[in-house]
Amino acid sequence: MRKKRSKQDKIYDTIIFIILTIIFAVVAYPLYFIVISSISNPEAVSSGRVFLFPVGLTFDGYMEVFKNQQVVSGFLNSLFYTFCGVMLNLALTLPTAYALSRNKFGGKKIVTIFYVITMFVSGGMIPTYLVVKNLHLLDSMFALILPGALGVYNMIVARTFFKMNISEELYDAAAIDGCAEAKFFFKIALPLSKAIIAIMVLYYGVGHWNSYFSALLYMKTETKFPLQLVLRSILVQNQSHLSQTITTAAQQEALEQRRQLMELMKYSLIIVSSLPVLIMYPLVQKHFVKGVMIGSIKG
Amino acid sequence: MSTRVFKQSGMSKKNRFLKRLKKDYPLWLFVLPGIIITFIFSYVPLYGVQIAFRNFNPKLGFFGSPWVGLEHFKRFFDSPYFFTTIKNTFVLSLYSLIAGFPIPILLALILNSFRHKKYRKVIQTVTYAPNFISTVVMCGMLLLFLSPSVGIINNVIEFFGGNNINFMAEKDYWRHIYVWSGVWQGMGWSSVIYFAALSSVSPELHEAAIVDGATKFQIVRYIDFPSIIPTATILLILSCGSILSVGFEKVFLLQNDLNLSVSQVISTYVYKVGLIDNNISYSSAIGLFNSAVNAILLIVVNRISKKLSGISLW
Repeated sequence: MRKKRSKQDKIYDTIIFIILTIIFAVVAYPLYFIVISSISNPEAVSSGRVFLFPVGLTFDGYMEVFKNQQVVSGFLNSLFYTFCGVMLNLALTLPTAYALSRNKFGGKKIVTIFYVITMFVSGGMIPTYLVVKNLHLLDSMFALILPGALGVYNMIVARTFFKMNISEELYDAAAIDGCAEAKFFFKIALPLSKAIIAIMVLYYGVGHWNSYFSALLYMKTETKFPLQLVLRSILVQNQSHLSQTITTAAQQEALEQRRQLMELMKYSLIIVSSLPVLIMYPLVQKHFVKGVMIGSIKG
Repeated sequence: MSTRVFKQSGMSKKNRFLKRLKKDYPLWLFVLPGIIITFIFSYVPLYGVQIAFRNFNPKLGFFGSPWVGLEHFKRFFDSPYFFTTIKNTFVLSLYSLIAGFPIPILLALILNSFRHKKYRKVIQTVTYAPNFISTVVMCGMLLLFLSPSVGIINNVIEFFGGNNINFMAEKDYWRHIYVWSGVWQGMGWSSVIYFAALSSVSPELHEAAIVDGATKFQIVRYIDFPSIIPTATILLILSCGSILSVGFEKVFLLQNDLNLSVSQVISTYVYKVGLIDNNISYSSAIGLFNSAVNAILLIVVNRISKKLSGISLW
């Protein structure tokens, strides 16, 4: 009996190992392929000779990315929008979450209902657009950061965290020592909540960095475009300024080379645009998961 | 604090409320900015939904435009786009749901039963990663890989002697591309929540099962799997409730004139009619119709689930 069990388990382990390896390859390979393609000779990439290792090492794609004025300004705009957006998110989310985590707060129930309703019903794209327009926020950074300034899901995650980590006794003790509500929040609650602040910065930060839809709706001036909108025109709409008249074979060849370079640039662009998230990711992966877990407990 | 409450108990209700407000005012100040912003950007648009029942005229504004009742809804039901957009939306979300729902559960189950800790960690790290790629980049990657001239997929097809396929131009492939790239991007991240559920299974149950001679497969089947069913049910109800609101961003980016007949969904149609063609009221009516159907679906599915399994959202 015992022998049979271990044999079956061995088969099980082997099958699981094989499945997991396949999953690993399927998820990792496209990402890996982008990386090796971005530093390969463009001609080798388009003819399919790049498969496991980079071929004909070159950094021309990256050079092209940094020479592109739109990309550079988009990158800087996105950094700025993300920074301002996250600051505003924190300034609204953390105090709200904190207040709602306090048992003695009389408005707890009604404020919670006020927020939860917005999770299930919304006015939709057009009425929201009209509100932004009537406030004269079109083509301004505020159109990108104000409408989503408080994410209800994130707020609930933060509230649950405060509830679990900042005990009512702690507050009572501080109150006896004459500590006011605001002081307690800034001097005691926040310093004890670095983990949740990290989670919020990441959730909101990735959201701002990756968002393009509100910019598509609200932004008109090209120099104010965030990176994702620039990426859309290059990666998806394929706008690469190739309008040259072709007369001679030499020009034709030059054009072909240029076209290949543009293709190469796309791979490099994908890497560059994902850089901020890629840098953050390993640092905070454990926080991410913790955030989801707090969210799934819900209170 | 309790002595204070005691003193108040003799007062009238209104007085007590004011007292309470006075006592809580610092906390009210904490929540006030968020309430104002949410009111402006979530509640005012909700009130603005009524333009779906009016003929929006920018000169007369939101609330001065004339009432037309259900006219815009009728126009949508009679339009030739009604059937295609509804069908596309349904097919796309149902397909996404059927393909995308069970895979994270399976991933969590098998990964959880895998004993090699280090490899497990590696797989988790890698499978979570695509979740952080932006939609634009994701679509850019798809277009690069599937490109008829330089894409790796066509290179592989040609290598094995097949014919070049222009994937984005053929509508037969579009749904599969959309759904399976979504599975690729989301499966790792969606499995996190099931991991959380699995981590609450008591190890004693596992030990007892091993003593009783259960195989690993049996442990997964009879202990781990049942433990995540409540979580799975809740998530299933929620996704059924949004079955008509297939994500706008990715559909919009992958859309082109050649695949429009399968890729035009309600949200992209609302965008096109409202903001490109400037039919504000008509497009709001379509959006409202969409939300209403979602709400009804959510309520129905929740009720069914309550009857069948006793698990429900409310």
